Amino acid sequence: MGVVTTKPACLPLDVGRIRHDFPILSAQVHGHPLVYLDNAATSQKPSVVLDALHAYYTQSNSNINRGVHALGERATEAYAKARDVVQLFLNAQSVGEIVFTRGTTEAINLVAQAYGASHLKVGDRVLISQMEHHSNIVPWQMVCQQTGAGLDVIPVSDDGELMMGRFESQLTDRTKIVAIAHISNAIGTVNPVSKIIQAAHANGAVVLLDAAQSISHMAIDVQSLDCDFLAFSGHKTYGPTGIGVLYGKAALLADMTPYQGGGGMIRSVGFDQTTYRDPPDRFEAGTPNIAGAIGLAAAIGYMNQVGLPRISAYEADLLDYALQGLESVEKLRLIGRASNRAASVSFVIDGIHPHDIGTILDDEGVAIRAGHHCAQPLMSRLGIPATARASIAMYNTKHEVDALVRAIQRAIEVFGV
Amino acid sequence: MTDLAELYQDIILDHSKQPRNFGELSEANRHADGYNPLCGDHIEVWIRIDDDHVGKVHFSGSACAICTASASMMSQALQGKSHEESGVLFEQMRQMLAGTGDGDIDQSGLGKLAALGGVRRYPMRVKCATLPWHTFKAALDENTGQPVTTEQ
Ligand SMILES: Cc1ncc(COP(=O)(O)O)c(C=O)c1O
Repeated sequence: MGVVTTKPACLPLDVGRIRHDFPILSAQVHGHPLVYLDNAATSQKPSVVLDALHAYYTQSNSNINRGVHALGERATEAYAKARDVVQLFLNAQSVGEIVFTRGTTEAINLVAQAYGASHLKVGDRVLISQMEHHSNIVPWQMVCQQTGAGLDVIPVSDDGELMMGRFESQLTDRTKIVAIAHISNAIGTVNPVSKIIQAAHANGAVVLLDAAQSISHMAIDVQSLDCDFLAFSGHKTYGPTGIGVLYGKAALLADMTPYQGGGGMIRSVGFDQTTYRDPPDRFEAGTPNIAGAIGLAAAIGYMNQVGLPRISAYEADLLDYALQGLESVEKLRLIGRASNRAASVSFVIDGIHPHDIGTILDDEGVAIRAGHHCAQPLMSRLGIPATARASIAMYNTKHEVDALVRAIQRAIEVFGV
Repeated sequence: MTDLAELYQDIILDHSKQPRNFGELSEANRHADGYNPLCGDHIEVWIRIDDDHVGKVHFSGSACAICTASASMMSQALQGKSHEESGVLFEQMRQMLAGTGDGDIDQSGLGKLAALGGVRRYPMRVKCATLPWHTFKAALDENTGQPVTTEQ
């Protein structure tokens, strides 16, 4: 089975040590050790992140860019430092290209409204794919409705890959925005985003990359990818909820209208005229999630310390092991068989609904996701209402994959299929 | 019995694998759609009502074992009930499935339907069991301008 990654550059990941850093992983669920395989929904948090939040609230808590007092300075500095950490992590050219948001969803809505609404007109096209998360569909539908632009959808093959031949013919000079998932949250497909970005640029379109599922699994360099916008969520990258990032090329951000109005984003306010600050502040109206940004920076620090190439290699190995284990279950059918895939595996079992699989697995301490994964158009395309999905993070083990397979066998026993 | 064994009792598995009164009812004069937007489950309920009595209840859709068994058992339990009686049963079921206290729920009139009570230990699954009943109620009351959702 093909995998995402580069070869390990150094020593393999020491999963025992890593697990030690995540306090929740020693929890018991229904009398069993927790086996957490719902990482595509949200990942668990290492102590360094929890400690950073605690330290912020016990030593630095204050509003930013306002008070002249000591705490105000500390908080302002820590928030600014967090932005630097994100800039380096993505290899963005300048720190002004990093906008903090609530998450991927808000980042995409921000681009749809602050860029899309002023750049799209009647007859223009926005190109997305059939495997998008609802959060990379609905904001585009909304802005298309506002502007009179239309939505085109790259179809997906039976194996769960983008049909690139169709993409090439769908991409025309009327296409102004291409918004695409780097990795599908529902079936783990890794999309050929470099190719898509190059082709889109050749046609004069800008590209938004939904990196919600890729950012914690592979090294990403926005300059070498050359994406115009990139969105991700802190909570899927070992960081807190309520914080996320929009990366945007400086020239594009500079040309965008504000997303929301309020404090922190203005240069001066008068009833006749209000002028806005430069990016990224222009897009961060109101008191931001200061603690969240600091927690995210700590999570990025943790990933950097382990090393994304090492994480990718470890997860690819575990994916191979999981695919072998799952394929050995006779009644189980994998959904999505892309040749380039990430460590998120969807499956169905004839005669057992995914929700029932989820409940029985939970009884064994195994946490997976069951449902449509906020990708109803993809589910319809694949002709299934829902799947069960096991998604891997750097702290999962072969032992846990064995527990998953055993729990699935138990579900098959309970249902007698 | 463990919670899991109580949830997936034989009678539940039996109804989920061989649902009774499954499929569209051609002579129906009432119909409603029900959705669980969180998980994507969708069922349809058809009713034939004559002289204020529920003649037949049918359902279709793709849903989990709990939802399917609940719908199947519901279709049997409601047959022949008056409009008022079915409203009472709906209310009893709603209380049993969503209710919190174990002791003070009157299950005497529920018969086999009491087997669905195992769902109470699984808060995330309660809506699976209640969806058919809410859909039935909407069809019965001809309150079908909007499909039923478990978010109501
Ligand atoms: C591919 C993808 N895009 C977008 C999102 C939305 O992320 P959030 O809910 O954190 O805004 C998710 C989360 O599930 C996702 O997997």
